[in-house]
Amino acid sequence: MRMKKNLGWLGILPLIAVLLSGCDGALVDPKGQIGVELKSLIITAFWLMMIVVIPVIVMTVVFAWKYRHSNHAAKYMPDWAHSNKIEAVVWLVPCVIILFLGIITWKTSHSLDPHKPIESDAETMEVEVVALDWKWLFIYPEQGIATVNEVAMPVDVPVHFRVTSASVMNSFFIPTLGSQIYAMAGMDNDVYLVANEEGVYDGKSSNYSGEGFSEMTFDAHAMSQDDFDAWVDKVGQSSETLSYDGSYQELAEPSTDHPVEYFSDVTSDLYRDIVESFHGGNGEGGHDGGHGETSMSAEAAE
Amino acid sequence: MFGKLSLEAIPYHEPILVMTALVMALGGLVVVGALTYFKKWKWLWTEWITSVDHKKLGIMYFLVALVMLLRGFADAIMMRTQQALAAGGSEGYLPPEHYDQIFTAHGVIMIFFVAMPMVIGLMNLVVPLQIGARDVAFPFMNNLSFWLFVAGVALTMISLLIGEYGKTGWLAYSPLSGIKYSPGVGVDYWIWGLQISGIGTTLTGINFFVTILKMRTKGMKLFRMPIFTWTSLCANILIIASFPILTATIALLTLDRYLGMHFFTNDMGGNMMMYVNLIWAWGHPEVYILILPAFGVFSEVIATFAKKRLFGYNTMVWATACITILSFVVWLHHFFTMGAGANVNAFFGIATMIIAIPTGVKIFNWLFTMYRGRLEFTSPVLWTLGFIITFTIGGMTGVMLAVPGANFVLHNSLFVIAHFHNVIIGGVVFGMLAGLTYWFPKAFGFTLDEKWGKRSFWCWIIGFYLAFMPLYILSFMGAVRRMQSYANADWQPLMIVAWVGAVLILCGIVCTVIQFIVSIRDREKNADITGDPWDARTLEWSTSSPAPFYNFAHLPNVGSVDAFWEAKKEKGMAADKPTQYEDIHMPKNTVAGPIIGLISIVFGFALVWHIWWLAGVGAIGMFVAFLMRVFNDDIDYYVPAAEVERIEREHHKRLEMQA
Repeated sequence: MRMKKNLGWLGILPLIAVLLSGCDGALVDPKGQIGVELKSLIITAFWLMMIVVIPVIVMTVVFAWKYRHSNHAAKYMPDWAHSNKIEAVVWLVPCVIILFLGIITWKTSHSLDPHKPIESDAETMEVEVVALDWKWLFIYPEQGIATVNEVAMPVDVPVHFRVTSASVMNSFFIPTLGSQIYAMAGMDNDVYLVANEEGVYDGKSSNYSGEGFSEMTFDAHAMSQDDFDAWVDKVGQSSETLSYDGSYQELAEPSTDHPVEYFSDVTSDLYRDIVESFHGGNGEGGHDGGHGETSMSAEAAE
Repeated sequence: MFGKLSLEAIPYHEPILVMTALVMALGGLVVVGALTYFKKWKWLWTEWITSVDHKKLGIMYFLVALVMLLRGFADAIMMRTQQALAAGGSEGYLPPEHYDQIFTAHGVIMIFFVAMPMVIGLMNLVVPLQIGARDVAFPFMNNLSFWLFVAGVALTMISLLIGEYGKTGWLAYSPLSGIKYSPGVGVDYWIWGLQISGIGTTLTGINFFVTILKMRTKGMKLFRMPIFTWTSLCANILIIASFPILTATIALLTLDRYLGMHFFTNDMGGNMMMYVNLIWAWGHPEVYILILPAFGVFSEVIATFAKKRLFGYNTMVWATACITILSFVVWLHHFFTMGAGANVNAFFGIATMIIAIPTGVKIFNWLFTMYRGRLEFTSPVLWTLGFIITFTIGGMTGVMLAVPGANFVLHNSLFVIAHFHNVIIGGVVFGMLAGLTYWFPKAFGFTLDEKWGKRSFWCWIIGFYLAFMPLYILSFMGAVRRMQSYANADWQPLMIVAWVGAVLILCGIVCTVIQFIVSIRDREKNADITGDPWDARTLEWSTSSPAPFYNFAHLPNVGSVDAFWEAKKEKGMAADKPTQYEDIHMPKNTVAGPIIGLISIVFGFALVWHIWWLAGVGAIGMFVAFLMRVFNDDIDYYVPAAEVERIEREHHKRLEMQA
């Protein structure tokens, strides 16, 4: 008996501990509006479920103990197997909880839709994200720069991440800021995120993508507008540049634990070129093939 | 001549694999030697390999499942050890090349070659007995299903020693599983292993669907069927409806890989999102194929040991039916983060939550079965109580994952891993171990040792909480699944706790092995003379233990859900001696089943390695073996009444001696 009681607690305690005490975790301590809303959604769902979970665990222990075989004091009704009242309650209670949860789900699915722009006084910044084997390419179309495995953003400025892949499926995920979204070749996916506090946050692929997956991580820097401008300047001083037919093909070759790289200049259509390279009918696509006529001629020229 | 196969494919430079090979070879030699020494080859062939007896097939399914549990668990503890070590810059002891194969193999083996055969094995053992039938509707097909399943197991095990296994995760998402990103044979082993065993599963689904609908004994209307039979019926409907999707999806992936087609690749209109949709359109019903029969086991166990009618039988049936239907409209919750619109996500999120309603009702019904009962704390009951608590927590985390907003941060994290182990260990594994203990005497004629069964339970349940609760916490700290190493050293302490949990689960498995050994040693003492060791309620307990090969000398007549229980209460002892016996019509053993199974291994192996001529020979061989079976009319016989009488007399004599 004593053991069984312990069991019930074993199950709930860690969850409660984490959700309430706020240990040093990414989802427990979000740094952006989306992350904050997701955290409160998780906690709401958790407590709504507790309305059923706690009574079930208590009833399991109490009923099992009270109606144990050796307890002849307890009432024994071997043929009692139906009660309209109990049936009504056990259907009704879960129904009501799920009704509430369903309404919350409907609302939050819309309000927290990753594709939905974030309302803000600041103008939304565009960042194009390409998952490569096994690193992340970030293109800043407005600034004309690009980086690998490092992304920066000013605080309180919503960022519109357009996400694609030049290889297998990955998932673009900065846990501290909020929602993740799949990166898929030939698909132009997107997610809106905002950082409200300065800091460096872990970013990663959450969808397994092969050998270098574990090291496919990046740092997401949230900084003041001034620092951000300085960062853009710093990237702008790099001697490296990026173009679809040139250095991009080299970058796209598989590599593991890739270092941070800066590119001071990017051809304006790079993201579009990468997405469209998978729409051709030549069965080549991806980083080791061409993308139609242009790349063929480029290779020939070399 | 040998396609892609060369000596290079044999991993003789990997010490772990060489050791594994040696141990396997040694084990094989011991078995072969023992069979030869004790002159048991003929016995093995006629009594087991060619048998069409559903009880023996059930035992063989379970045996293979337990062996594969050891393999799958070895993978598990290797992963836990790796993650306990590979923190903050350390690479651990398994490079990605190995780690990626191990988590792929672990998932595939635990679902397809442990959980599925346990569930199907239990259905084989129990369902015909529960409905008062003498065998399944298609006994030959039942044998064939088993051997096709074994062929899938064999191909997966061969991959360990010749070539490699997939490095794609257990569902082999394309384009990663396409030929461009996975040029090796690993995915091909995955394809043919699942394709061949999957066809066996589909045949099983058809077989049991027909058996339950057509072969029930007199008076057993649908709403008089035991709950385990009901849940099995629903699971088989799910098999029939969902496994063809798996077969078709894998076939399309095969065309991509072998013939350069582009159903799921990045080019020429290929669409990886279609693959993910299709695989989960099978994958979600699959988890209900596993859990529904486990629900059935708990229903039988709790009613039997509470010495009380199951509370709300009709509700239980309808809840099961609701779950069966709803399980087909929720698959998208496995990939809310793909980027579908808010309306789509909300629909699938809410549909998923609705499943929690009938499931919750079932839980309350088990609780109210205990209420006003007389509950004996046997090990099956401990598994059941552990299940109710664990599964409730797992169900809660499942509903949390079903909220698309929450899912955007929990998806692909360790939260998902913790959640599905929460429901699969707490639900399916506990259910199967409860079922194993509960029906063991019906299969072998003696009960399992309770002391070691309870020890196993405590190791499993404490081990489970230690192994998986830390993963929930880690997910809140940002840990994702399938990491071979991680930079954040803060995660390491919890990873070590999880490793300790896995070691405790190992203790649980060891306890089960000891339980078998001790029980076999004490089989005389624990013999089940009456055939009804638990004072149970359903028909399988009305015949002797182990059940005679024809199950029932006279097919029983059923007037209510608890007919056997009521008969016992009325007449005192249910087994009244019939005065007259009759000839019994039974199916004959089959050679075709094992032969086709064996050839299918060769066929699959040849396709994996592109040995086309051998694949051709294999295909023709299977077809010829099948034709020979089709044109064989000598497939049944009659057990003479005198023989039945002799067997039944012996049983009654034992009964009287005990009395």
